[in-house]
Amino acid sequence: MSSQNKKDIDDVTGIDTTGHSWDGIKELNNPLPRWWLWCFYLTIIWGIGYTIAYPAWPMISGATAGVLGYSTRGEVAEDIAQFEEANAEISAQLASADLTTLSDNPELLRYASSAGAAVFRNNCSQCHGSGAAGFTGYPNLLDDDWLWGGDFDNIEYTIRHGIRNEEDWDARYSVMTAYDEIFTDEEVDATVQYVRQISDQDHDATLAAAGEELFLNNCAACHGDNGMGNYDLGAPNLTDAIWLYGGDEASLEETVRYARFGVMPPWGERLSEAEIKAVTAYVHQLGGGE
Amino acid sequence: MSDTTPNSSGPAKGFLAKHSILERSPTLLLISSLLVVTIGGIVEIAPLFYLENTIEEVDGVRPYSPLELAGRDIYVREGCYVCHSQMIRPMRDEVERYGHYSLAAESMYDHPHQWGSKRTGPDLARVGGKYSDDWHVDHLIKPQSVVPESIMPGYAYLLDTMVDAQMAADVVSTHAFIGVPYTEEMIEIAAADVLAQADPETDLYDDLLERYPGAQIRNFDGEPGVSEMDALIAYMQVLGTMVDFSTFTPDASR
Repeated sequence: MSSQNKKDIDDVTGIDTTGHSWDGIKELNNPLPRWWLWCFYLTIIWGIGYTIAYPAWPMISGATAGVLGYSTRGEVAEDIAQFEEANAEISAQLASADLTTLSDNPELLRYASSAGAAVFRNNCSQCHGSGAAGFTGYPNLLDDDWLWGGDFDNIEYTIRHGIRNEEDWDARYSVMTAYDEIFTDEEVDATVQYVRQISDQDHDATLAAAGEELFLNNCAACHGDNGMGNYDLGAPNLTDAIWLYGGDEASLEETVRYARFGVMPPWGERLSEAEIKAVTAYVHQLGGGE
Repeated sequence: MSDTTPNSSGPAKGFLAKHSILERSPTLLLISSLLVVTIGGIVEIAPLFYLENTIEEVDGVRPYSPLELAGRDIYVREGCYVCHSQMIRPMRDEVERYGHYSLAAESMYDHPHQWGSKRTGPDLARVGGKYSDDWHVDHLIKPQSVVPESIMPGYAYLLDTMVDAQMAADVVSTHAFIGVPYTEEMIEIAAADVLAQADPETDLYDDLLERYPGAQIRNFDGEPGVSEMDALIAYMQVLGTMVDFSTFTPDASR
């Protein structure tokens, strides 16, 4: 303490020094600015107040809850409840709406379309594309070519239960036969050529003629005698120019030989009733709804 | 101690003046700073010794199956956590997009946890069941084939590398060693379980489901053999699907 009592006043400024000296240069002992010091004390007081007001100190069986009763979980629940309440009326209306008459109710239609677009972007776009044009193996939803039907009920069912998944027992299900071990190589070729013929593409007429019988005996049960497909079995129409896995010879051969087994997850558990209706309406109005 | 300098409030007085005792004794300063840092340590670290009360109990969370665990190792090895988080925060926008906010119990068997700290890609905490296996295969081979705007690199080589079942079983016993509740039986049969989970016709089907309820048993990549692709997709498909939310009531004070 003795050094504290020794004053070492700097000659030039007349201010006390700390007594530290480097190469004869001494450090002035200016006090901290008062405003700064008070701010510092205030932050300490604020900090203590904060730990009293909000959850802070860990105890043996949980943290102190804070006198304001704040919790992040409470806040998010409140936040969500607030928006659900704001939309409660129109959501309930949508959940029980008959989608076929949706266009008569412009307000509900507008709500359904924008809600549906949001649901689609979050949940569907990863497979069907953000513009819903699909990719190889993931159907384009903009055209009027449907695998399992494109009316409101069918779209809703597909969204709710999905296709060929294991999670939902009501998922749409069908299996195409793989003809690799059933057909000879010639028979595969013939079938491919016949499919190219009915889809109006370049084909070998002789092979296609042989393929017709094979098609009628093996493929027509699901795809129909005329190859127009069957919604009940998810069998695609083979006569249009729209291909899920490609209409070129190589893709068709792979399809005939090894079949295809596209899976779509069920959304009934993930989405609310209103969200399912909304995204159904959205997909339906994308262009091809029946 | 009189104050004679007009421009100064003078040297510290009273209690604060004692600070110079600390300043002038290196040993004392060291010990004192250690004490101050220890307070912070006790407040922040000590609660971890009482994990039972920081992880609320939920139904359904089980240790990863051996194949899922192998997939998790690939996830760590490839640095997926650098761009993907596995932590849905309790905020409305995140809950609306990804699902229920993450619970501590959901990562209690993760060593280390994969919460991540950055989202160049989306959060994966609840990606399980959201996409088909085929989608994951297509996406991992070439993400742009299904998401044109994606900047994620491709991982096609996962299809070519087979999972070493013995190695995967060793990882299971390592996790058991650090406290994940795998039973003796689970550890013994782990190597077989690795192969079984990627084979829907396996004889172990029911046994595996009993050991790891809710495990998905499929040939995830559609190719013969158990590749790293199978393992990674098995892991992806289980993420966030374990908790039974029908029996979960959030404790609002957390």
